[in-house]
Amino acid sequence: MAKKTYSFYPGCSSQTKASSDNYLKSTNSMCKYLDIELKEIPDWNCCGASIGYAEGGELPRITLSARNMALSEQHNPGMDLVATCAACWLSTRESKERLAHSSQTLADANTALNEAGLTYKGNQAARHMAEVLVEDFGFDELKKGVKNPLQGIKFAGYVGCQTNRPFGLAGESFENPVYLDNLIEAMGGEAVSYDQKVTCCGGALAFSEPEKSQKQIKDIIESAYDHGAEMIVTPCPLCQANVEIYQGEVNKRFGTKFNIPVMYYSQLITVAYGGTAQEAALDGQLVRATKLEEIANKK
Amino acid sequence: MSEKYHNNFLKEVEEMVEEGEWVKMCMQCGVCAGSCPLGPHWAHPPQEIFMMIRAGKREEVLRSDSMWMCTSCYNCVVRCPRKLPITHIMHGLANYAHRLGLSPKNQPTQQFATLFWNNLAQTGRVNELKLSLGIYFKDGFAQGVKNAMAMQSVGLGMVKAKRLNPMELFGGHGVKDKTGFHAMLKKAKEIEDRRKNFA
Repeated sequence: MAKKTYSFYPGCSSQTKASSDNYLKSTNSMCKYLDIELKEIPDWNCCGASIGYAEGGELPRITLSARNMALSEQHNPGMDLVATCAACWLSTRESKERLAHSSQTLADANTALNEAGLTYKGNQAARHMAEVLVEDFGFDELKKGVKNPLQGIKFAGYVGCQTNRPFGLAGESFENPVYLDNLIEAMGGEAVSYDQKVTCCGGALAFSEPEKSQKQIKDIIESAYDHGAEMIVTPCPLCQANVEIYQGEVNKRFGTKFNIPVMYYSQLITVAYGGTAQEAALDGQLVRATKLEEIANKK
Repeated sequence: MSEKYHNNFLKEVEEMVEEGEWVKMCMQCGVCAGSCPLGPHWAHPPQEIFMMIRAGKREEVLRSDSMWMCTSCYNCVVRCPRKLPITHIMHGLANYAHRLGLSPKNQPTQQFATLFWNNLAQTGRVNELKLSLGIYFKDGFAQGVKNAMAMQSVGLGMVKAKRLNPMELFGGHGVKDKTGFHAMLKKAKEIEDRRKNFA
C-alpha cells in the first residue's frame, strides 16, 4: 500500500516522560510498520480536555482547539488531522462542529486567533487514530502485517467513553462497539465478551473524587477478570492510566487482588507485527504484560 | 444578574449557559439519571435540574454540587431521546455557577478544574507533575505531604516506567509562541465576558 500521511496531534499526555509516553512510542512503531507518516502539528497546545470547561468556559476552550486546527491547516495542508488521545480528538472534533454551526463563534474564535497571527478555515477532518486503522486500512489489510500472532492471549477490549461517545466510529453502536474486538482478533488474540466495555473510568474525577471513581475502575477490572481476560486493551490514555495506576488503591479500598496489565491497541499491533518489547514500549507498564513480552522477545 | 431576567431563571439559563437553550426540550424521562456512572451521587439528577430551572429555583440549582458529578462520559447525551447535549449543559451550569461565585465551597472537581485550566494556560500544555502536586497540596502543606506519601508508590512506579519526570517541576513542556498563545486566550476570555455581560 502507498504511504499515508497525516497531520498529527499527539497531545499533552503523549509527550516525552508524560503519562502516556508509551502510547506515543508504540504508535510511532505501529505507524512505521504500516508505512504511515505522522507530521506533528508544529507548536500544538493542550485541547483543554473535558475538565477545562469549569474554569475556561466556552470560547476560550473552543479557541484552544481552533489554534491547533489553524496550525495544522497552515503547516500540514491537504491532510486529515489525527489524534491518538480520546480527549484531544473529542475536543477538536466538537470545536470543529461548533465553529461550523455558529458564524458568531467562528468570528469570535478568529478574532482571538488573530492575536497569535492565525486564522481558522475549517478545511481538515478531525479524526482518531482508530478511525485511520479501521477506515483507511480495514481489518483484512491490518491482518496482512501480522508476523507474531497474539495467540492464546485473552483481551478485554475496553473502549471507554470518549473514543465512543458522543461521536464514536462510523457504523459502531454506542452500547457495544466491536472495532476494538475485531482489531484484537485481527492480531491473533482472543477478545472476551464482557459487560463493562464502555463503562466510564471516572475520567478527571479519578483525581478529585477518588472514592467514586475507584468504584468504576473496580467494576471494569472485575468484569474483565470474570470473563477470563488476561489483559485489558484500550484506545484512551486516561482509561489506560486510571485503570492501571489505581489498581493498588482499588485493592486497598475493596480488598481485591487486581494485577492486570492495561495496554494500548498500538502496543498489540506493534508486537504482532514483529516489533521488539522496546518498540512496543512494554517497559512503560506499571503492571507488566509478561505474555506480550514473551512474544516480543521470541525471535 | 437575576434582576435583568425578572426572575425568569429559564431565560437566564438560555442566554448565559452553554447550550442552555436546550433545557426546555427535556421531557422528564430520566434516562440520563439512569445512565450516569455517578448517578447515585447526584443530589438532583439532570432531568430534575432541568425541571428546577423551569420552576425558577435559581439558588438551589446554582449552589448544587450535582453538576460537579459529571465525568464527561457522554452516556446521557447518546441515550437522550430528545438529543439534548446534557453533558455540555451540566458543564455550562457548573461554569456559570462558578463564575457567579455560587458553586459549593471546596468542591473538589471545581478546584481540580481550576488547577487544570491554570496549569495549561501558563505554558500551553499540561504539566502533569505540577497538576498532581497541586491537587495533593490543595488543602495545605501538611495534608499535601500526607497525600503525596500515600500516592508515593504510584508516583515512583510512574517514574520507573518513564511516564513521570521529576524535572517537570522546574519547567517542562510548553508551546514556543507563549506570547501569541497568552494574547489569544486573553482575547477569547474578553470576548466571552463581553457576550455574557461579565465584563
